[in-house]
Amino acid sequence: MNHSNQFSDLLQFVFMGIQRGSIYALVAMGFNIIYNATGVINFAQGEFVVLGGLIMVSMTTMLHVPIVVAFFLSTLVVMIAGVIMERFTINPVKEPGILRLIIITIAVSILLKGIAMCIWGKDSYHMDHFSGDTPFEIFGATILPQTLWIIGILVIIVFFFILFFNHTMIGKSMRACAINRDAARLVGINDRLAVMYSFAISAGIGAIAGIIITPIIQMDYGRGALLGLKGFGAAVVGGLGNSIGAVVAGIILGVIEALGAGYISSHYMDAIALLILLIVLFLRPSGIMGSSEASRLKDF
Amino acid sequence: MNRKLFCFTAVSFFMVMSALTPHLFAEDYKVGCLFSITGSASWLGEPERNTAEMIAEEINKAGGINGHKLKLYIEDTQGDNTRAVNATKKLIKKDKVCAIIGPSRSGTSMAVIPIVQAEQIPLISCAGAEVIVEPVQERKWVFKTPQKDSDCVKRIYDHLTAKGIKDIGIISGTTGFGTAGRDQLKAIAKEYGMNIVADETYSPADTDMTAQLVKIRNSGAKALVNWSIVPAQSIVPKNMKQLKFDIPLYQSHGFGNVKYVEAAGPAADGIIFPGGRLLCVDSVSDDNPQKAVLKQYRDAYEARFKDKVSTFGGHAYDSLWLVINALKAVGDDPAKIRDYLETSTLVGTGGVFKFSPTDHNGLDKNAFEMITIKNGEFVVLKD
Amino acid sequence: MGTKDYLGIIWFSIILVVTPFIIGNDYYIGILVFAAFNCLSCIGLSLLMGYAGQISLGHAAFLGIGAYSSALLTVKMGWSPWLAIVLGIILAVIMALVIGIPSLRLKGHYLAMATLGFGSIIHIVTVAAVDFTGGPAGISQIPTLNIFGFPINSDVKYYAFIWIIVVIGLFFALNIIHSRSGRALRAIHGSEDAAGSSGIHTSRYKIRIFVISAIYSSIAGSFYAHYVNYIDPGPFGIMHSVLLVTMVAVGGMHKVWGAVIGSILLSVLPEILSTISEVVEGYGIEYKPDYDTLIYGSILLAIMLFLPGGIFQGVGDGFKRLKKLFTRKTSSAV
Repeated sequence: MNHSNQFSDLLQFVFMGIQRGSIYALVAMGFNIIYNATGVINFAQGEFVVLGGLIMVSMTTMLHVPIVVAFFLSTLVVMIAGVIMERFTINPVKEPGILRLIIITIAVSILLKGIAMCIWGKDSYHMDHFSGDTPFEIFGATILPQTLWIIGILVIIVFFFILFFNHTMIGKSMRACAINRDAARLVGINDRLAVMYSFAISAGIGAIAGIIITPIIQMDYGRGALLGLKGFGAAVVGGLGNSIGAVVAGIILGVIEALGAGYISSHYMDAIALLILLIVLFLRPSGIMGSSEASRLKDF
Repeated sequence: MNRKLFCFTAVSFFMVMSALTPHLFAEDYKVGCLFSITGSASWLGEPERNTAEMIAEEINKAGGINGHKLKLYIEDTQGDNTRAVNATKKLIKKDKVCAIIGPSRSGTSMAVIPIVQAEQIPLISCAGAEVIVEPVQERKWVFKTPQKDSDCVKRIYDHLTAKGIKDIGIISGTTGFGTAGRDQLKAIAKEYGMNIVADETYSPADTDMTAQLVKIRNSGAKALVNWSIVPAQSIVPKNMKQLKFDIPLYQSHGFGNVKYVEAAGPAADGIIFPGGRLLCVDSVSDDNPQKAVLKQYRDAYEARFKDKVSTFGGHAYDSLWLVINALKAVGDDPAKIRDYLETSTLVGTGGVFKFSPTDHNGLDKNAFEMITIKNGEFVVLKD
Repeated sequence: MGTKDYLGIIWFSIILVVTPFIIGNDYYIGILVFAAFNCLSCIGLSLLMGYAGQISLGHAAFLGIGAYSSALLTVKMGWSPWLAIVLGIILAVIMALVIGIPSLRLKGHYLAMATLGFGSIIHIVTVAAVDFTGGPAGISQIPTLNIFGFPINSDVKYYAFIWIIVVIGLFFALNIIHSRSGRALRAIHGSEDAAGSSGIHTSRYKIRIFVISAIYSSIAGSFYAHYVNYIDPGPFGIMHSVLLVTMVAVGGMHKVWGAVIGSILLSVLPEILSTISEVVEGYGIEYKPDYDTLIYGSILLAIMLFLPGGIFQGVGDGFKRLKKLFTRKTSSAV
């Protein structure tokens, strides 16, 4: 084994890590949006990812809807599911204790999983890559066109995300609710509506994550828990509530995971990200990018 | 008053009828089936269930077995060992079956063996690993119809030797089938002078084998053997293509469902594996004793289920017919069925079976045909 | 323990003794043995959820620790099963401390996430460490239990044995609640800040109760391994942890009895549903094990939305209301 070979291996693992990490980043953003609006961790976040992927597969392979149309339709369907979840399970709870709300999101995640299992069964579904699967070669390492799609879509979402929360009325009012709900209500912001929006957006981002990763991982009904958990890891490492932190942390987690798989053991790949989650949770619960002062106020 | 009388007559009529019915009709022959119909090994269990139901229907339409109807109790193990253990207990204790066919997977088969051994119910497994029936003195009640994994390894090594390849990498799933295959690959390597330069594994839930393949590439392997039974095995050829890693890829007989080929897409072309003749019926010569059975089963299956036949359905076909033949000859006493199975012969889809007290599989390495994939279809390898 | 609880245990024991004579079939008794494992775990979990106000999404991992300790030590090292169970408990305690101390020192529900991560890691290790745990192929030929040379080798014997253990566990749990630490715990659930300022070391109590609940699960796991005689990573995943939480929440988190009822109910539910489906098979309705998840999710959601106190409390309230209605009617009649 020579040096150039070692470098191309390293590069290969980094590509693999960025691809995985981008998905964690998207899931983590979804967690943060709902967390900011409600103070609750939505355990059903991973199921949005699965639903997005599976609906996309059905639309493209069974109904032969063109990819672009199917992309937006699947996202829309999952967004509607997110709104339904909020309207029927979060909104009606009058005295929302955190423990009760957490268990409600757990219940919804079991329910969504059960629905996915009844509709799609337990098979794993494969789907064609968006634009072929002929890899590009860069310094001896290869990268799939699909990976470029994933990175590109992540960048676009982050861009729109910043635009939305800084320059639109709804976005600004959602941010106001996140900072201080009572104060926001006093200045005339409908905080209950802000919660509904947060579920819609969060479900949409989750669905997109599912749609773009399905060609690579073969989606099945049961993938939600682990994807959600790793996304949560990214959210915690990046500082709960901090979405830009989540993106950075997601990619870092993905790359560490891939390097661990490449140089230590591929068997424990999934455990690596979780171990980092536990370590950060114990040593620095505010996350590597969050301020410890802000997190002391939070009480999820 | 009239009404009361009517009720009384009706009730007593039904009571008499229900008391008489068991004597009017012969009792059903109850056979249990353990298939992984859903879950990660659904591409094994589904064709197996379809096949078993098709045969049972045929038999019952033709009047059953010696006047007894054949009743199947089909349990879905979901490819999960714990569920398989519970389902086996249910079949034996609640449904009181006289024989069991399945499970579909090697791991689940190994898990239920202690139960059937203790309860003394014959079991014909539809799974590949040889350890299911070896050592035979500890497997008194266990038989299996798929070809042996050691024979599969031998056919692969024969082919590699003919190609002049000695340095090979192996990659296997961490399932019962994968682990058993990995052991066989390593055990038989010496005999053939094979040099295993890389030995990697993956779990059935893995979605990316890039890391393992990069390691195998760095080891200098000249060919790769991939041994697994679950859909994850289709990711290996895909990842190889993505890495532009171009060495011959061999698969085990666990690749024998066209759905695995579809999941791998164009990357599957050129894969070589030893498989049953059922996958390439048309290219089997007419004087082969299996030809008629293969053609009849394939045509019936494909016409009825509008789906391509797979070797796994074939294993269920062979297993169920062995049980049916035994039921015909000795009735539904489990011990008698077991003794009869040990002397059975059958021209089946997996090969020509000759069971004996020392061989609970009854097949040799000629049951395999070397198969390759061309444009997404199975064809017999010519060279 | 109050008089009500003593009465409850007596009634519960009578029902347990009578049940096998009513159902008869070995297979159904086996189902009730499985219910007992869940019941034991849920009793521990309900202490944590109901009395410390914390949620654990990793209790199946403690089951796994117990089960794998028993399996590995008895099969590979030839230990006595009883010694293996004790070692399983010690391991579970160590793990619970490692997870509990850092996450329970923090305010909020960090324990939920920490246990979820911990549970997944344990599951991944049992799958991946093939040479050690057997990986997905599992470990078979785990010996059956012996008590003073008397083998517990049939479903009925195991039923008797495991439910005695459950009743002992129940007795113990009810005693904890009525002890000093139980009162402290209830104070925590009411208001952590108030409890803290009145001199209760909230985190120490929470950690203690988390460790106790882990012990319950570890014991259940060990006995599970000796009953099935075979284990693999399957039953010890996240899904089972979530199911245990579901059982406790459905039964009612604020009462140990709720956990008992919830766990038994949800353990036998799939069997009841599949029996019903066999009866109505002719009408084109078929029950598949696939529906389990859907049904559990719906029940949990419905309970949390409409009956947050759980079935146990819900039924109790219903009775009270009926009683009130009845007494009012009679009094007005007079």
